[in-house]
Amino acid sequence: MAKKKLILYALILVFTFIAPFAFPAYGTQLATLWLMIIVAITWDMTGGQMGYNSLGNIFFYGTGMYVAALISIGQVYDVGEYTSAAGGGIYEFTDAQYFSGLFLGVISAGIFCSITAVLIGYITFGLRGPYFAIGTLAVAIAAGELVSNWEWVGGGQGIALPVYPGDLDVGKTFFYFLFASVGVSVFIFVKWLYGTRFGAAINAIRDDEEKAEAMGIHTLRYKLITWAMAAFFVGMAGGISGFQLIHFEPLETAYQTINLGIFMVVCVLLGGKGTLWGPVVGAILFHLFKEVTWTYFLGWQWVALGALIVVTVVYFQDGVMGWVMRKRPEWFGIRVEESK
Amino acid sequence: MDQILSNLSMLVDFPIVNLKILIDGIMIGAIFVLVAYGLALVWGVMNVKNLAQGDFVISGGYVSWWLVQQGFPALLGVPVAFVVMWGVGWVAYKLVISRVIERDMFTSLLATFGLAIMMAQILNLMFGSDTQSVDLGYDTLFFADGLIDVPIAKLIGVLMATVLAASVIWFMKTSRMGQAIRATAQDARAARVMGIDTEKVYAFTFSLNSAICGAAGAIIVMVWLIQPFYGIAYAIRAFVIVTAAGLGNLPGVIAAGLGIGALEQFGAHIFGIGYQQAIAVVLLLIVLIIRLIQQKRNRQVLK
Repeated sequence: MAKKKLILYALILVFTFIAPFAFPAYGTQLATLWLMIIVAITWDMTGGQMGYNSLGNIFFYGTGMYVAALISIGQVYDVGEYTSAAGGGIYEFTDAQYFSGLFLGVISAGIFCSITAVLIGYITFGLRGPYFAIGTLAVAIAAGELVSNWEWVGGGQGIALPVYPGDLDVGKTFFYFLFASVGVSVFIFVKWLYGTRFGAAINAIRDDEEKAEAMGIHTLRYKLITWAMAAFFVGMAGGISGFQLIHFEPLETAYQTINLGIFMVVCVLLGGKGTLWGPVVGAILFHLFKEVTWTYFLGWQWVALGALIVVTVVYFQDGVMGWVMRKRPEWFGIRVEESK
Repeated sequence: MDQILSNLSMLVDFPIVNLKILIDGIMIGAIFVLVAYGLALVWGVMNVKNLAQGDFVISGGYVSWWLVQQGFPALLGVPVAFVVMWGVGWVAYKLVISRVIERDMFTSLLATFGLAIMMAQILNLMFGSDTQSVDLGYDTLFFADGLIDVPIAKLIGVLMATVLAASVIWFMKTSRMGQAIRATAQDARAARVMGIDTEKVYAFTFSLNSAICGAAGAIIVMVWLIQPFYGIAYAIRAFVIVTAAGLGNLPGVIAAGLGIGALEQFGAHIFGIGYQQAIAVVLLLIVLIIRLIQQKRNRQVLK
């Protein structure tokens, strides 16, 4: 069994490496798929494993995007001048400036988002159930609206970042591998995390918060740490997205509450909440569905997506992994006594 | 910052402007009260948090707008939107809502979110993404040397909203169905034991909510603007109002609705119109935090 698993993981890793070269036409698609996997896994950390359904994780995506962009611009030029030029002035970045800005920006985006997660979580984690969802959604919407009125960071126009220096096809592969490395590390991280005492503690919070507290778990601390860890990865993904998209604006791209903000939840529900592989499977299925509808039902794609959300939530809440778990419990090491 | 200060000083120097903003705010607040009342009804009776609330409103607006395009009088739009949206609400209940009542509350939130996306997009495909409105062709009344302008259309809209709210409240207080709804809200199981068909009550409540929203939308299209994606703004405001007022607190809903309408207008005047949406959302956060502090228990860890 262990050997089989090892082979499976090795196969996936090999596929990850050769995918952008095997399907060069889909380079950006595959990068987006990794983005979906990252946000789905991190959403599941609080939503599935801890029972706190956030609708505001997109806040970290947008904030990460802005922090990364501002830091990479700020190390070379004055941010206010750069954004007010809005493409009019010519601002050159050397290769070294580009890459140091990218890496510094992405890392600090992750750290900044972790800190904001702790600050916001300190207020919102007092809210339970649907109030938490509404509260976090409100944070994300408010952030988008406020940033779009903030002229120093470009206001509603957003920010235009420098283009990848060198061949654009190489750039696509470069961003694919950036996303893939974050995705693989977040998967390995949560795989390890869910097996530790910490994982058991956040599962206890999901199952019964009062009892968990009575058992001596400092619930607020666990909730804040979990959200900060999720925010770290989402913030990094957002930062990379900013550089990949080159130009982004606050409401539709950075704080895209009804697009990616809700997609990540649907990915997790589709794949199976509270399972390790569920978010990954769900993200792949959802991305496939989205691309197929975008290609063949143009105009109706949003209706189809809304319908997918409703159907998933109402009729198929266990998700793919939940369904497999019920059909084949022995695959998950669950022994079922046959009833006589 | 200077802009904000000069806006503030203008309010102090010309007190009459305050009155104008207040009147505007209370007028839009009357619509918020209708939408929030519908939300409180559904929330209280079947514990469903309907994020598609705003899209019911916008759909009602489009029903009325379409009627006017066909050459019907605009005032007919309100009752027709009421009836049409009743039907839409019933279908939505049978297909989606009836299956999420028994589930946890996040499920209903997400399911209605999906419904909201679908409705907004269908409206977008049918009517395009331009803003639309219906011109009633009435005059505007001026008071205080023209500083306060009140279009008659707005007055008619507020009047209709008041009549609608009053008749729904009267219906809930006196009719047999109203009693059944209130009984179900108090204790669904006990109501079932007493012979109330709660399934029917749920369907009726949700359809009634949808119909109220539809009528509110038909009023909005006569006075303000509608657009397929404006729905979420009304849903957020309804959530602010219901969270602030609490369930089953009718005077509270009315006060909170009018208050939020006025606060928003003042905020938009002081900070600029671009912040109007942000103000509504920040108000929601403030209300949630205040509720949180009110319900704070003394929790401690053993050291």
